[in-house]
Amino acid sequence: MEVFLQQLINGLTLGSIYGLIAIGYTMVFGIIGMVNFAHGDVFMLSAFIALILFIALQQFFGFDALAPSFVIVLFASMALTGLWNFVIERLAYRRLRGSFRLAPLISAIGMSIFLSNFVYVAQGPRNKSAPPMFSEVIKLTSGGAYDVTLSYKQILIVVVTAVLLAAFWFVVQKTPLGRAQRACEQDAKMAALLGVDVNRTIAATFVIGAALAAVAGVLYMLYYGVVNAADGFVPGVKAFTAAVLGGIGSIPGAVLGGLLIGLIETFWSAYFSADYKDVAAFSILAVTLIFMPTGLLGRPEVEKV
Amino acid sequence: MAETSSVRAALADAARYGLIAGALAFPILALRVEPDFSNKLVLETRWSWMLGAAIAAFVIRLVLALAPARAARRTLATAVDAPSAGGKTATRAIAAFGLGLIVAWPLIVLFTFGPAGALKWIDNYGVQILIYVMLGWGLNIVVGLAGLLDLGYVAFYAVGAYAYALLATNYGVSFWLCLPLAGILAAFWGILLGFPVLRLRGDYLAIVTLAFGEIIRIVLVNFSALTNGDAGIASIPRVTFFGLPFIAGPKGFAAYFDIPFSPIHRVVFLYYLILALALVTSLVTLRLRRLPIGRAWEALREDEIACRSLGLDTTKIKLTAFALGAMFGGFAGAFFAVRQGFVSPSSFNFVESATILAIVVLGGRGSQIGVAAAAIAIVGGSELLRELDFLKQIFGDGFDPTQYRMLLVGLAMVVMMNWRPRGFVSSRTPTIFLGERKTIAADLVQEGRG
Repeated sequence: MEVFLQQLINGLTLGSIYGLIAIGYTMVFGIIGMVNFAHGDVFMLSAFIALILFIALQQFFGFDALAPSFVIVLFASMALTGLWNFVIERLAYRRLRGSFRLAPLISAIGMSIFLSNFVYVAQGPRNKSAPPMFSEVIKLTSGGAYDVTLSYKQILIVVVTAVLLAAFWFVVQKTPLGRAQRACEQDAKMAALLGVDVNRTIAATFVIGAALAAVAGVLYMLYYGVVNAADGFVPGVKAFTAAVLGGIGSIPGAVLGGLLIGLIETFWSAYFSADYKDVAAFSILAVTLIFMPTGLLGRPEVEKV
Repeated sequence: MAETSSVRAALADAARYGLIAGALAFPILALRVEPDFSNKLVLETRWSWMLGAAIAAFVIRLVLALAPARAARRTLATAVDAPSAGGKTATRAIAAFGLGLIVAWPLIVLFTFGPAGALKWIDNYGVQILIYVMLGWGLNIVVGLAGLLDLGYVAFYAVGAYAYALLATNYGVSFWLCLPLAGILAAFWGILLGFPVLRLRGDYLAIVTLAFGEIIRIVLVNFSALTNGDAGIASIPRVTFFGLPFIAGPKGFAAYFDIPFSPIHRVVFLYYLILALALVTSLVTLRLRRLPIGRAWEALREDEIACRSLGLDTTKIKLTAFALGAMFGGFAGAFFAVRQGFVSPSSFNFVESATILAIVVLGGRGSQIGVAAAAIAIVGGSELLRELDFLKQIFGDGFDPTQYRMLLVGLAMVVMMNWRPRGFVSSRTPTIFLGERKTIAADLVQEGRG
């Protein structure tokens, strides 16, 4: 029972991070029908940016207060990662709309290779271990065979995720930008005819997706305390799995899928084998795409001739 | 008047790009985190890198902005000039010359550098490149002809390599028996994995093949009882000259032919072996293109719905492409194992798949010559990067040019997709034609077709 409860907490924490990344995949797929393969590496980049800013605050400004510097780092890395993804979309993907179907995917694969190697060259191959932050824990049960703990980190991750998802939901549902986004998702050509600036809306989608990935990056850096230039690939694939499982194109689906993948991964590691935990995620990806390509909350796709 | 204002606008525009590049470079290039001696992270500043990025963006943008008129004229000119029949003989001459050079290559370098100096040139610049040429041609069947984006091709390469490694070390089966077996096994895996995924649409198929490739790699890492995990399988029997081992003793190849022993014999033999395998791959592909199945592949790539409505069994057609591509991957894998004498899962990661895919994409999907040229450029280029020691004198001792290999490959993929989405060699010979045979320029066909 204790193991179950502990894994539930860990799984939900991990799942929040996956959910945040998955939104980036699902929004881009919804609006331009492209698998944004480089999104995982954008996430990794944001974790690096966060780590660097955090250390810069300490080293150059002697700014030691943890909570305010966390807020500063969070917003700064959201802004910088958003700018990165804006430029990536502008240079690597925009010209490819209307090209053949696989062109954006191939370009995104190239971009993914470029980004991970760019960070590798710029920051070196070694693991960067961040100083421990918010590591106090609350004991939920004690006296049993095993103490169930809830760390401040985990609370922070879940709370930040919830707040940002609420803000994001507001943007998509209530603002003109969100309305334009939903219009482009349904029919980009019609939206353009009705005066929606499709290119700007798509750029905004990439920026928002990157900002959410940056939140995930900051939280990931906080949670694991280690970042490496190769860290984008596997979390990226898992988040994509989450997006597919939830139904690609559906934003609530992405969050649901993220939580599910996080739970499946932690329970799999706890009860079966940690060695094969990535196999679990990859298998779910394959099985979902083969047997249930619309996912849990997705719309069925109609092929037009 | 208009000229100066346009120059001023271009300058302002370029300055904006420079500023953005500087902002992008600010945390990630200008500040580098490194653990110090007490394992605490500290930052070192490299403002010059950030400045360099900003200036590079400024200059590139300025050049692009001031040269558009010329570029526009040029594309128009190629569009009109390109569909000439004269291109055909030129291509043929290049291919014949290239083939001759490749066949004569070991002799040329042996003659120039002597047996000791030639080893590197035959091994690193010959065998290594030809493995990738073969892999590129194998993947070309799947990606270039059938239009299925396979991101897990390296899995079949791994199946071939492990098939030979396991059969040879456990049961002492010879390489010549294992080679066809490795191909058959890989093809079998291709069918097994291909069957469920081939009804998916293009990008989903890509992702699922990626997942399968990774699953196979993780299983190779963790199934230690069979594969010895991360440590890999060592001391795999080396290649023999149809039964004669390349050793110094009286039973070796050198003694049999009564020539002095030299380690170069084995390398030269490996070179011609992989050359033969690669040429078989290419030949089979070229002949298959003329057969109904090859035409069906290309028809499928052009329009799947039209194919289905004409009564073609798309699953079967895709499956043959997948299995054939996998088979050649398996052959290449067996060759890899016999050449290295050692296999481990780290040789079969996603970067390898991406490199092979990059070779096919950059060379031009469907073009045999283009793929070979891209393999030479990418693999030969990364070997060349090792030799650029003089760069250390410019950039300092910590500079390692080989780190930039995949960076450049990734960048090249993005640039190629934006600039020439059909690759370097973008013209195609149609499989069927009326009267005179002509190649078609890229600009006259729809993107991604032909």
